[in-house]
Amino acid sequence: MSTAVPEEIHDVRLHVNGAVHEVAVPARRLLSDALRHDCGLTGTHVGCEHGVCGACTVLVDGTPVRSCLMFAVSAVDAEITTVEGLTEADGSLSPVQQGFSDCHGLQCGFCTPGFLTTITAGLRDNPDPSEDEAREMIAGNLCRCTGYQNIVKSVLRASEIQREIERERGGTA
Amino acid sequence: MKPAPFAYLRPSTLEEALAALAGEQGAKVLAGGQSLVPLLSMRLAAPSMLVDINALPGLGDVTCDASGVRVGALARHAEVLASVAAAEVQPLLAMALSHVAHPTIRNRGTTVGSLVHADAAAEMPMVLQLLGGSVDVASVRGRRTIPAAELFAGPLESTLAHDEIAVEASFPALPAGAGVAFQEIARRHGDYALVGVAALVETDGDDVTRVRLGFVSVSDVPVVVDVTDAVRDPAGDPAARALAELEPADDIHATAAYRAHLVKVLVPKVLAAATDHARQGKDA
Repeated sequence: MSTAVPEEIHDVRLHVNGAVHEVAVPARRLLSDALRHDCGLTGTHVGCEHGVCGACTVLVDGTPVRSCLMFAVSAVDAEITTVEGLTEADGSLSPVQQGFSDCHGLQCGFCTPGFLTTITAGLRDNPDPSEDEAREMIAGNLCRCTGYQNIVKSVLRASEIQREIERERGGTA
Repeated sequence: MKPAPFAYLRPSTLEEALAALAGEQGAKVLAGGQSLVPLLSMRLAAPSMLVDINALPGLGDVTCDASGVRVGALARHAEVLASVAAAEVQPLLAMALSHVAHPTIRNRGTTVGSLVHADAAAEMPMVLQLLGGSVDVASVRGRRTIPAAELFAGPLESTLAHDEIAVEASFPALPAGAGVAFQEIARRHGDYALVGVAALVETDGDDVTRVRLGFVSVSDVPVVVDVTDAVRDPAGDPAARALAELEPADDIHATAAYRAHLVKVLVPKVLAAATDHARQGKDA
């Protein structure tokens, strides 16, 4: 070891899933690591750590972003949503989570948080995707268990559930 | 897979950012970070300081007029791709941007950052080169415009000085009577291309007046080859003409011979598509 210079620590205020987390981190702390280690939100998974696998995908101001390709210090002005923040207010599963449950869209579950966040944003932009569009929506996420077939089904099922919910809301209004 | 320590600055004015860069020889600019952060995490780069420009005002715009499309340093690929006006003024932008990585990467990665990262395997440096665009850079010494032809120094090396920030890129509009096309072949959609080819075909009435091809992943720097003569000559072979200027290399993804083969496959396709595009524009 050469002369150890103490690393500068930055006080960062992160807005995650509607809560404020005050963390003290070095500038090189990846957002993925800050979420897991400093905020204790271990739902965000770390796979390849260079932006290829998509497991660490979170929503930054509603947009899917690789949290391993952002530093926590750069996330100060952003509203971050992790997989923990996708659940409905009453604790029930979101349409995308329910779709994965209904269609066996996961096996080991490692890649799932990245898929759930990506698809949540994807269905917001395109609420009624075709099968091809569903495939395109998840093209940036890797899964080594499922062969993707059930994930594609889960996307389509989630879009169905969303429509059912909207119909019910429309019906009662 | 963790970056080495670095000092971090998140300035709120361009002047502050430029002063910081000027004062620190080993500083790097952080914009989208989609190429830089992997380099840091793999410890292929270890800058002493990162100057995060994401809080700088006024750099996120995509502006279009008859002369072309101007892209600010903080405009994300996704924003440029979503701009209907940009796609009308210069259709090659959207054609190529849809091949840049995956949507999640495009949400954060910036087009200007991709240009100055100067990767010959990336689409946008080639597009700037083919269209004859330019990049505006700023430093404490003032501003200058670097034409695309002078921007790319070598593999992953631009001609920006260490204290300069690329603040805007300009992509010229598609001239009247011209057409463009882009195709690439990658192992998986969203991967870096094994080979990518763009064509810019200019016509005057039914005559093809000028044809240039831009290439991705078959040289150290983005290469543009003028194949007008080969296209106008009924016995000409534009792909062979282009290959004379290219240096496809072996790597783990493909052999040089396979890349050369892909050039021969793609060139006729993009030439046909760009010629059709030029004719459609004329009919419209």
